[in-house]
Parts: sequence; structure tokens; C-alpha cells
Amino acid sequence: MNLAQIQRAVFEVIRQPLTPSQHLRPRLPDGRSTRRIADAIIKPNARLASHERLEIYNQQYWFRILSSFAEDFPGLRGLIGVRRFDKLSVAYLNENPSHTFTLRNIGANLESWLRRHPEFAPGVHRMAIDMVRVEWAEIEAFDGQELPRISKEQLAGLSGDTAFRLQPHLHMLELAYPIDDLLFRVRRAEHSMVSNAVRKSAPRGKVRKASLPRAQKTYLVVYRLQDMVYFKRLTREAFVLLGALGKGKSLGEALQASMPKSPAKVEAFRKRVRAWFENWASLGWLAK
Amino acid sequence: MPANRFNGNSDYGVGIGLRVPHYRHIFEKKPVVSWFEIISENFMVDGGLPLKNLDQILERYRVVQHGVSMYFGSAEPLNRDHLKRLKALVKRTHTPWLTDHLCWGSVDGRYSHDLLPIPYTFEAARRAAQKIRQVRDFLEVPIAVENVSSYAEFHVSEMTEWEFLNEVVERADCGILLDVNNIYVSSRNHDFNPYDYLNSVSAERVAQIHIAGHSKFQKYLLDTHDHAVIDPVWGLYARAIERAGPTPTLLEWDDRIPSFNEVHHEALKAKRYFPAELKAAS
Repeated sequence: MNLAQIQRAVFEVIRQPLTPSQHLRPRLPDGRSTRRIADAIIKPNARLASHERLEIYNQQYWFRILSSFAEDFPGLRGLIGVRRFDKLSVAYLNENPSHTFTLRNIGANLESWLRRHPEFAPGVHRMAIDMVRVEWAEIEAFDGQELPRISKEQLAGLSGDTAFRLQPHLHMLELAYPIDDLLFRVRRAEHSMVSNAVRKSAPRGKVRKASLPRAQKTYLVVYRLQDMVYFKRLTREAFVLLGALGKGKSLGEALQASMPKSPAKVEAFRKRVRAWFENWASLGWLAK
Repeated sequence: MPANRFNGNSDYGVGIGLRVPHYRHIFEKKPVVSWFEIISENFMVDGGLPLKNLDQILERYRVVQHGVSMYFGSAEPLNRDHLKRLKALVKRTHTPWLTDHLCWGSVDGRYSHDLLPIPYTFEAARRAAQKIRQVRDFLEVPIAVENVSSYAEFHVSEMTEWEFLNEVVERADCGILLDVNNIYVSSRNHDFNPYDYLNSVSAERVAQIHIAGHSKFQKYLLDTHDHAVIDPVWGLYARAIERAGPTPTLLEWDDRIPSFNEVHHEALKAKRYFPAELKAAS
């Protein structure tokens, strides 16, 4: 075996999910024995067989990526419960090994994967997708690029031909549920679990079914301001206008598309737009 | 501190790893620290708090970059995106030298995020050395490679780990980040005398030394960086200083991290092993 073949064989073994008792699986999905592979590649010593030495790496691989993944998606864990979350984590990470040098991106494919796998979030599938979208947007907003902002003063001098850019760290999410509220509740519950160890009635790992939110279209912006990540809900009208700007439409085009048909409502619309833009500029959303 | 071409002829003393739980203490108390080591990958981002914190550190302290995912030992080519991001960070930090591990960890573009041991073959040494040269040429900064802790050995190995290390650094003409805790952990896991390792390393290439704690399991030691340094590791450190001379030294403490003062105090114990005239100066 050459270097590439050895590394490929070792990697295939160590990235196999652990058994329920957290040991090396006896076989790869194609039926090959992991012991045989280990015996062929790894020397035993007086205390550990070849496969036991490889098992240390197998365990370290999974402990590391599971821990990182769990840190990134506490809201999803709270929504579907710890046991289901553990199963989902292993299944997702098994199908989606990391493809970048940083574990920061480990959850990048979770939304699309979960859309194809409703069985991991029975009864709350759509809500779980919303939760994943919000949690991933938070990760992106935390360390995304920040472009020079357009100030409120600069805003006043802009014409209808102006094309804005939205901050790269800003993410617009059209959600089926007000999932931001649920995420805050999960976080509060987690905080009380770690900060109040002797509490008699500790919060359960899963959100109670009765307290799950009802479906309600929610237009959420996830963004960063002064190094903190924030959520802000918009009206549908404002969300559509901001979205048009984000797609590169000029100010005039975006306004034209959103303008009410009834002339009586135009003036009120203009006032709202002015207030939105002032607010968006003060939050640093609009970039040069 | 004596300097050499593998640490940018710089003059660094005893430092500690920059870790998030210590930020508040560092920013508020502004403690005197010779230098901080940062994990490069934590700052290879596009913006936000990580870079703001780093810039604040750079205003006051000297920083050396330490990477965990270059994977000089992987059979596949270097990741260009990784290198570009790393170069941008090098320009930001002005790190006088840069370190990463002599290990592998990626296959076909998939990452293990672990520091996996390389089979000690001439083929592997040749490839690793070639990649180290490529990285140095691209980043334009001296490179030093770190020996890793390991839990497995390969049938195909053609030499000892220390022979392999020497083979790689000679071929690449690069420095060594000598981790004496890793030598100790591997010596216990593979039943060799750690002083055989230490006495064989090309001492003139040692750019930096790592010290750390580890965890003891029934059948092996695990490099966990969650304890103080044990006496046998300090013994190895003393021997490393004897051979290489006082060398920039860094304490790693990555899990169950105690207070800043406790970590710094533990690191400064390294000064006990410096020659008398350097103890005060460093």
C-alpha cells in the first residue's frame, strides 16, 4: 500500500460511526472487517490490539465533531430532544463529513439534508428546518464580512438609480414559524440547567409539545452590529423591499415593485420606506 | 533568548496559548506576557469579533501563529483556499515564524480535524518536505513543524519517529516545534525511551518548544492539554533546553482551562530551566 492508500483506508475506518457502546464497528458498510484492515496497517503493542489503537482515533473523531455540531445547534436539540438529536447528528455527519479546514462549517449542509430526512424530526419537521436556518444564519453572521456602511446622512443624497449592497453578514429568512422566540426559550432553559445544578425540577432536554409555537409567517433578519449577532423581524412589505435591494435591484426598481397600486396609499408607503431606510442605515445593513 | 533562522531570529521567552476564557482578564488587566500563540484557524474568518479581539491583542502583544490543519503529511495536495486565508492572517499578525503539525488529517478533500500520525517512510518524508517548502515559499515566513502525540504505529514504517522528523526537516530545511509532552505521551504509548528521541533531534533546528499536560487511561496516554505539566515532562524540557539552549516556549492548556494567572504561572515554571543570566531577563 502506498501513502494515499493507507490514509484512505485509515480514514474510512475512523470515520465510521461508533457502536452504541462507543467502540469501533466490526465492519465497514461494504462488509469488510475493520479488524482485518487495522491488522494489515497498524502494529499492535503489548496492551492494545491493532483495532483498539485505531479505535482511539475513531472515538476522537466522533467526540470532536459531535461536540462541535452540538454547540452549533442547541435550538434544534431543544426542539427535537437530546436522543433524537444524537441520532440525527451521527446520521448527518456520517453523510456529510467536513470538507473544509475548519469545524465552523460542519453544519453548512444541515438544512438541505434535513429537508430530505423528515424522519429525524417527526411532527416538527418544518419547524426544525426553520430552526436550522436561523442557527446557521447566526454562525454566518458572527464572523461574516463587513463592508463600509452607508450612513443616514449619505442616504439622503442617493438617487433612484442607486444600487445598494446588503452586508454579507446579513441573512434574510422567510420562516413558517416564529422560531426566534423558541430559540430564546431553549437558550434560557439551557442556561438555567448549567447555572443551577441543584434545582429539583430541572428543565427537560426537549421543549414541551404544548409550548411549541403555532405556524405564523415570520420575516427575520439575522445580522451583526458591534460584534454581536441580532435578530430583527420585518413586515412582509419591508422584507420584500430589502430582498429586492439585496438581489441588486436599484432603489427605484425596488420601490416600483413594492409600491401600492392605490394612489391613496402611496404617501403613507413613502413615509414607511423613509423610516425603514433610516433604521436599516442606523443598523449598518446597507453597504457601499 | 537566543534566536535562530527557524524562528525568524526573534527573541521570545515563555508564552501561553491565547484562549477565549482569558480575553476579559487580558483586556482589563493587561498582564505582562512575553508572547501569545494563536490557533491560526480560529482567526481565518472574514470579520467579526474574532478579528476584533485579535487586533486588540496585536496592539499590545507579540503573537505567533500555530496551525492545526495544514496536514503536511496528507498525500493530497495543499488546500489553496486555506493557504490564501493563512497568508492574509500572516500579514495581519506579522508572525515571525509559523508552526503546524507533522501529521496528516485529510483524504480526498474530507477533513478528520485530528492530528493523525504519518507512516514513517521515505515516501512520506519526501512528500511532507515538499509541502513544507511550498507553504514557506507561499507564506514567506519561516516554518517549524511539531511532532504529534500518537496512539498507533504503522507496519510500513521504515524508521523511528525521531529519524523521520529529522529526515523531513533536513529535506525541507525547516525548523522544529519540539513538543516534549508529545514525546512523553508517544514514548509511553509506543514503549520507547523519550530521551532517545530527545537526544536525536536536530537541536539546532528547534525553533520553539511546547509543554502541556495529558490524561492517563488504563492502556494509553491521551494528549488532552487539560492538566498541569507533570515532572517527567519537565525533565524532558530541561534536557531540551540543555541541548537547544533557551528557546521560545509555550504552554498549551485547551480544555478545563483554569484562570489566566494559573496558566501563566504554570508556563513561567519553564524559566527554572534557563541559565541563570536569562531567568531574570526573560
